[in-house]
Amino acid sequence: MRKKRVTLLAGHYGSGKTNIAVNLAFARRADGGDVAVADLDIVNPYYRAKDSEAELAAAGISLISSPFANSNVDLPSLPQELYRIIDDQKTQMFVDIGGDDRGAYALGRFAEALKKEDDYEMILVINGYRPLTGDEKDTVTIMREIEEAGHLNFTAVINNSNLGAETTAEDVLASVSYAEKTAAAAGLPLLMTTVREDLVPALTGKIEPLFGLKLQRSRIW
Amino acid sequence: MKDKVLMKGNEAIAEAAIMAGCRHYFGYPITPQTEVAAYMAKRMPKIGGTFLQAESEISAVNMVIGAAAAGVRAMTSSSSPGISLKSEGLSYMAGCELPALIVNVQRGGPGLGGIQPSQSDYFQATRGGGHGDYHMLVLAPGSVQEMADMTVKGFELAETYRMPCMLLADGTMGQMMEPVVLDVDDVKTVAKPWAVTGTKCEREHNVVNSLSLVPEELEKWNLARYERYAYIEENETRAEEFMTDDADIIVVAFGIAARVSKNAVVAARKEGVKVGLIRPISLWPFPKKNLARAAEHAKHFISVELSMGQMIEDVELAIRCSRPVSLVKRVGGVIPSPEEVLEAIKKVQL
Repeated sequence: MRKKRVTLLAGHYGSGKTNIAVNLAFARRADGGDVAVADLDIVNPYYRAKDSEAELAAAGISLISSPFANSNVDLPSLPQELYRIIDDQKTQMFVDIGGDDRGAYALGRFAEALKKEDDYEMILVINGYRPLTGDEKDTVTIMREIEEAGHLNFTAVINNSNLGAETTAEDVLASVSYAEKTAAAAGLPLLMTTVREDLVPALTGKIEPLFGLKLQRSRIW
Repeated sequence: MKDKVLMKGNEAIAEAAIMAGCRHYFGYPITPQTEVAAYMAKRMPKIGGTFLQAESEISAVNMVIGAAAAGVRAMTSSSSPGISLKSEGLSYMAGCELPALIVNVQRGGPGLGGIQPSQSDYFQATRGGGHGDYHMLVLAPGSVQEMADMTVKGFELAETYRMPCMLLADGTMGQMMEPVVLDVDDVKTVAKPWAVTGTKCEREHNVVNSLSLVPEELEKWNLARYERYAYIEENETRAEEFMTDDADIIVVAFGIAARVSKNAVVAARKEGVKVGLIRPISLWPFPKKNLARAAEHAKHFISVELSMGQMIEDVELAIRCSRPVSLVKRVGGVIPSPEEVLEAIKKVQL
């Protein structure tokens, strides 16, 4: 199956959308062609795709981001360049949508154009270790709120269940049943499970498909 | 997969408060603490609690006063500029002897400042902020887990001593995500025979008030309050010590600065420098005794702060200026790096 030109990533905030968007963009770039990451987050001024600006630039991936992201300016602003998502149809787009339904309002303006072009997928990123998405019922509730706000429906689920730096292979294994139940309740295919790259060897053969996340933000504290 | 959850510091505060029995939250949004309010807005209606976004911070803090006077667990949260607005209410709360939890997820100042982390409300939190002779209990969490644990502890302490308790965090602590175990099985509640709940014609009126126009009486109130403060200083001081036993140099830092400093201490130890860390957990009461004890063998102190140097005054007072104290500071929303702290450690001439 041909890959879709636009991959929209949405979900509860803190589910790992930004990190996955950046990592998927790297993987796609390795396959060739023009790739861009678009930061559509109008909710949270912290932990943005902009954190990975240097790595993205080095890999030849363009970043479409608010000039205020990660700055000291707390404005829910979007860059005009964002229209490249729908206008620049030569570029493969990974769009990082802000958390919850509040974040997905920003997506609404592109909904009609995306539907018309009909070459997008919209992925629900889930983390069963987040308190407000701890079971399939709560997760699907948030999913429906996002769909309503963004005027687009999800097409697949990515399981990114993790406990941050402390995540173990067991934690990921324990999340599979949650992910399967959520995908079933949502009526969507479970596309893959994403894990920190160092956990890939321990989980290979146990979870499929598995995708290792290379880029992680390092912290000084 | 229920034991550990991945939470933002702000969310951990909100969920821990609910688990501690708080059903009354009054707030007003401000970055970087808004997730506390957002979380409460989602959760409170489901458990029969009250989430109310007031029309202003001043209004929110006065709603907390009302709820606390009625004897319920109440809280509010804000960030630096919002806490300034709430300071009048904090003084009234102290004067009325009302317990409540106030969360300050600090950002850079003064004025509107910025939205990045800061610790420059140290003086405001530990010296009052509002008017009059008073203190608040001030707790400084150093992890998302502690954000949760100290929220519970904060309510308990506030009610035990009938005074406001402030959780003094910063933008990093509020925004960062870490695994946390929310284990609040044994919530301590405190009887409140003083609460204004209606006499039902069965008892005298309870009066919650900070006004006293007879000078001698007001003096008596203040003296009684400070007797309690002395007891708290003796019994409720909290600090963590890391590699301090043989230390020649003591780094003093709280919150996010302590986490950065700990990395620097570990790095310096690898280079053979005898350095340790004292992390004040209660900022009021300040862990003077821990520092005084360390000064018996340590020759130099370093205060690491996200401010122009506020806690350093308490460090100097705690050791009676018996040792030199240097300052590592970054302000405006910048966090000092472990390298900067390490450099300051290595610069010390013993």
